Amino acid sequence: MNDPFDIIVIGAGPAGISAALEADHHGATVCLLDEQASAGGQIYRNVSQSTSARTKVLGPDYLEGGKMVRDLEQSGVVHRTGVTVWKVGQDGSVAYSKEETAAQIKGRHIIIANGATERPTPLPGWTKAGAMTVGAAQILMKSAGIVPTDAVLIGSGPLLYLVAQQLVSAGAPPKAVIETQTKKDLLGATRHLVPALKGWKQLAKGLQLIAAIRMAGVPRFTAATNIAIHGEDKVDRVSFDANGKSHSIQTTSALLHQGVVPNTQITRSIGLKHVYNAQQHCFHPVTDAFGQSSNSVFSIAGDGAGIGGAKVAALSGKISALNAVCQIGIIPRGICETRAAPLLKKRSSELAIRPFLDAAYPPPTDVLRPADDTIICRCEEVTAGDIRRFASLGCKGPNQAKSFGRPGMGPCQGRYCGLTVTQILAHETNQSHDAVGAYRIRAPLKPITLKELASLETPKEPETAT
Amino acid sequence: MNPKSNSITTETIIIGGGLHGLSTALHLAMRGMTVVVLEKDRVGRHASSANAGGVRRLGRALPEVPLSVASADIWQNMTDLVDDDCGFVSSFQVKLADTQTHMDQLRERAKQVRAIGFEHEEIIDQQTLRDLVPAVSKDCIGALAVTGDGYANPFQTVRAFYTKCIELGVVIHQGSGVENISRVADDWSVRTAHHTITARNIVNCSGAWGGKIAAMLGDHLPIDARAPMLMITEKMPHFMDGVAGAQGIPLSFKQFPNGTVLIGGGNVGNAYLETNKTDLDYQGLALSAATARRYFPIMENAKIVRCWAGIEGFMPDNIPVIGKGRQDNVFHSFGYSAHGYQMAPICGKILSELIIDQGATLPIDAFDPARFRKNSRENGSESIAEFAS
Amino acid sequence: MFKLMEGEDVQDSVTFLFENQPVSATPGMSVAAALLAADVSIFRQTPVSQSARGPFCMMGACYDCLVFVDGMNVQACMTKVRDGMKVSRVPIINKDIET
Repeated sequence: MNDPFDIIVIGAGPAGISAALEADHHGATVCLLDEQASAGGQIYRNVSQSTSARTKVLGPDYLEGGKMVRDLEQSGVVHRTGVTVWKVGQDGSVAYSKEETAAQIKGRHIIIANGATERPTPLPGWTKAGAMTVGAAQILMKSAGIVPTDAVLIGSGPLLYLVAQQLVSAGAPPKAVIETQTKKDLLGATRHLVPALKGWKQLAKGLQLIAAIRMAGVPRFTAATNIAIHGEDKVDRVSFDANGKSHSIQTTSALLHQGVVPNTQITRSIGLKHVYNAQQHCFHPVTDAFGQSSNSVFSIAGDGAGIGGAKVAALSGKISALNAVCQIGIIPRGICETRAAPLLKKRSSELAIRPFLDAAYPPPTDVLRPADDTIICRCEEVTAGDIRRFASLGCKGPNQAKSFGRPGMGPCQGRYCGLTVTQILAHETNQSHDAVGAYRIRAPLKPITLKELASLETPKEPETAT
Repeated sequence: MNPKSNSITTETIIIGGGLHGLSTALHLAMRGMTVVVLEKDRVGRHASSANAGGVRRLGRALPEVPLSVASADIWQNMTDLVDDDCGFVSSFQVKLADTQTHMDQLRERAKQVRAIGFEHEEIIDQQTLRDLVPAVSKDCIGALAVTGDGYANPFQTVRAFYTKCIELGVVIHQGSGVENISRVADDWSVRTAHHTITARNIVNCSGAWGGKIAAMLGDHLPIDARAPMLMITEKMPHFMDGVAGAQGIPLSFKQFPNGTVLIGGGNVGNAYLETNKTDLDYQGLALSAATARRYFPIMENAKIVRCWAGIEGFMPDNIPVIGKGRQDNVFHSFGYSAHGYQMAPICGKILSELIIDQGATLPIDAFDPARFRKNSRENGSESIAEFAS
Repeated sequence: MFKLMEGEDVQDSVTFLFENQPVSATPGMSVAAALLAADVSIFRQTPVSQSARGPFCMMGACYDCLVFVDGMNVQACMTKVRDGMKVSRVPIINKDIET
């Protein structure tokens, strides 16, 4: 292993880039590891290679990421692209692979900025070819300039409106937007409206998006239930109930979204403390205001620490970097706190809208705990009913569930079923989500070849006192 | 709480609800004895379910051979015992040699097994090996083989033994760690957080925790807790039957019917008895990966999906403790040193014989706990460190 | 079905083989995007029930877009197209192959 870096940042989205830049600014040696070929994360994916057509469709918020990426290129940050991090050790060692070759580096402090994944959206037919997440469709716009010609958007949350509007503007208006949000959700959220007014710009943007979708003549259904995706192998139709009627819409692209949840694979694998957030219906690692986790070597910045969005992520990245460079002795605590104070203040006003959004766009119960015959583990094709059956046989937690019927044991390593398994078991066994817990995550964080794993083998170092 | 309502009297208490505890309970119950099993976590939580599932006579320490051979007969007819085949696939096990020295060692081993009267291990040449295991490296020049060995599903096995025990009236308390053991007249009294159980006999089947329980019973037995590590690949097209090990280097390698390939073989991580946690040693896993690749070139680009470890107890001589304790009506059966899975069916029977008939029908002198007492007879058992079960 | 977004023009292209048929794509595209653009929606069949799957997350998390690229099982959404690369569907598991 070479000389350690002062700071290793994992993930080059807004949190990771701004953390790396801030740490670099204070003279720390920084290595930024990212899985994509260019910086930006999913939100600013491929921003440095965007074409004029894409820029027009994706809008000014997307372009904002461009400046960050240019600053990164000008900085002293060592930016390694196209790398898959597959092991993070409690001592700050990070093993990764790039083009099938493994390497290991060490950092004095690690900032985990691995963002979010879309919440699992299990419903009948969601595994069929042609069903994908709304985020996936947006990634196809950003990275390849392609759009689905007959999309139907299904679910809940601001991203649904954004992508619907972007599809309109890209010349591929969706055939329908089917929302699970009910009037009751919206009414319930109004008690969070006053604090949310601080984020009035975001609220106004949301209303503009809805207006643009309506103007384009895209049919919008709300309080939809019994949503199912149909087709032999490929998607050919979506059915649902809304306004007291049953509907059926032909489509080859069913796009699903129920908000995003922290990606906890790395933070779980290090054994950091996590807690269930009942407002956001997900687990997140426990952190202090600076993003520091239960192990002082690790901070978590951005959506990986709890969902806040891109602007919050960029601020959190800076805050975590200040704390990190302070912790390893580059700047004194006083300077760290002085510099962080305005950032913390700004972040808290950016976060003001969150309770409103969380309450207004809740995942419906049948997405959190689907009907018995719905597949919840896509890899091993385990259904919600299977999990309930395991519970009736005495299964109390997700790790035990694995031995009952293999959920979470396929190549995605539980990323798209973990939360659902926890939700179902918590309900069936009448335990709290925290008591039920989550899958135990261990390296490799992503499947790696034997060749890559074998490359970790190094000659034994001389014995030292332990 | 009223202690009286939580007082239980039975004939035998078994501490430890792993496969050995369940098997012992099953054999005792089959002969009409009343049994209570106390399990601190849940049945089969540790090594009993987190093992590679190898059902192997091949390469056993010589004192284990008669037991292992008898157990193999039970495995072949497992349904007769527990109404479930436990996922047992009877095929073959091979131990590979890729140098002449290793081949010579295997020949010597085959001779030793023959010398004690058993014929199941046989040397096969390179061509026979390739016919049997086409994916094996061209560098392998032969192997020691046993046909009829194979592998089973550890979790299914635990569940089948558990279900059969319940059917036969065994009482199993899970989440019931032992807090105190005391002598009450001629009986043993065991206290857990929920119950006080009194019985004439007490059996220690506590696996990696066996040393701790033994100490509570006045026996000081040297056991070391370690975490044998396993890894599994994504599903691959079918390329082999049977199970492969290697001479001179830890390896246990098999492909399941669902296409996944399991690689284990003895590299260990750290085990923490207080918290039930294990740490993986990635240098050890890297070594296992390198070994699997060396013997099976097809694995070069195979993807590892998961790595894990279970907690197991190892004795200094790598063979278990089976026999009576120092005090009356105390029996031990633990420390199987990562190869106890295959032997669980027969060892449960042996324990039932020790308890009911005061003697076993198979030779168990080599496993006597007394071998670790100071000034005891020289320990003559020849052990081969094998962690493949 | 997918199409290029309005105003997106393609200058150069690379050609790769999918199931031995040539597919052209824009440089920088992922194999997943290129196949979707070429109207391929079924990428593989699951080992468990042989049911059809295509890309789901497009960000390397779900492993539903697995394909064989030059003999390796990889995520199509995380692999960039290259001229002459050979892409095929993953062979169905549990059927014997020659070793």
